[in-house]
Parts: sequence; C-alpha cells; structure tokens
Amino acid sequence: MKKNYELELDALVENLTQVTAFVNNHLEAIDCPMKAQMQIELAVEEIFVNIANYAYAPEKGRATVRVEVMDDPVTVTITFIDRGVPYDPLAKEDPDVTLSAQERKIGGLGIFMTKKAMDDVSYEYKDGQNILTLIKNL
Amino acid sequence: MLNIGKEKNGNELKLALEGRLDTTTAPQLEAEVKEGLDGIESLVFDFENLEYISSAGLRVLLFAQKTMNKQGSMVVKNCSEEIREIFEVTGFSDILTIE
Repeated sequence: MKKNYELELDALVENLTQVTAFVNNHLEAIDCPMKAQMQIELAVEEIFVNIANYAYAPEKGRATVRVEVMDDPVTVTITFIDRGVPYDPLAKEDPDVTLSAQERKIGGLGIFMTKKAMDDVSYEYKDGQNILTLIKNL
Repeated sequence: MLNIGKEKNGNELKLALEGRLDTTTAPQLEAEVKEGLDGIESLVFDFENLEYISSAGLRVLLFAQKTMNKQGSMVVKNCSEEIREIFEVTGFSDILTIE
C-alpha cells in the first residue's frame, strides 16, 4: 500500500519549521525510529533551505514537498519540486572530512550529510522543474 | 526553538544548549559566539538538552573551534548518540573534543 501527502508553500527559510512539521507528522504516524527520523529531518532541512536560498533568488517562488510512504518494506520517499533555476546539488564534490579545523571550509557539508543519511538521493530537471528525491528505507 | 544558557566564570564560558540547532536557530548561537569569546580561554558546550543539529549548527561549532584554537580550548559535553553519529559522519569527531 502506498500513501501520498503533499505540501505546497513559499520557498522561504522561515517556512522550514512548517516543512519539518509536515514531514514529521507523517513519520510519527508510522512510528518511524528516532534515529531515522533525525536523519530524514537533516536531509529535508538541507534540501529545503537550499531551494529557499538559491532556486528563485533574488525573486521568490513556490516549492512542493511530497511524502510517500510504502509499506512492506517500509520506505519513505520525499520529493522536492521547484521551478527555479536548474541546479543539481549532487553535482558538487564531497568535502574532505579528514581535514583539521583550520583547513576546513565553512559549508559544503549539508549535501554530504544528506547523502550519508539517506539510502538514495537523486536529481532530475524535467519540464522546467528541479526534482530532488530522497529515499529512506526503514 | 533554541535556548542558550550562559555561565561565565572569569575566562571560562559554558554554553548549555536546549532544543534545536538548525538553519533557523544557528544565527542565535553564532551571534553569541561572535560576541562572547573575547578573553575566553575555556569554552564548554553542554549538549545534554540539544535534540538536533544540522550543518548550519556544525558551521557555528567549526567557527567556535577555530576561534578557540587561537586562544584556549573548547569541549563539547553530553551529546546524545544521534548527535555523536553526526559528528562521526562529518569528521567533526576528529576536530572537536567530545567528552
């Protein structure tokens, strides 16, 4: 069985709390383990904040967040859709996580953490839309 | 939502974080760290009541660590298992002193 939920809202950093609450509500409904929930939250934050900061800047636009829950095996798929400039956040090289504090650059960690926390992360640009999909197996 | 409890004792500063350190709350801690570290030689973060940290929070911790490398020491205490794992994955466990 598959369940599907969708939220459309302004792509603004201020709306992060609303996005997180939307996703968490659906995770709690399926008794998602705490660790997985935090990993999903991390990924959702990184992707949504990226869209809010870059997709339409300096203009504003909308974003769609879709949560799909499959059972047997339980899999959560979260899709982010925006109509901003084409941008593949996965194309960026992973940061070197072995560097010392002094050598480390501030930034670049978010997408890396997202890839580590999810079972699959994919991007496509289709019909004028950036579509980023996160998959977590529970 | 993030609450920052501050305890200053001479050149020692303890910051006890409660809640979430994410994109929306990290600027609060950043302001605290940018303004509050003058003359501080020992900085302690107490994460006992910190539920969540994202890359925005890690950025502030990295900034604090870089500052304290020049003027003293910094320790992070009482992290939850979930937060510890984030430090592991990102290599922050090698950068920070975690107790």
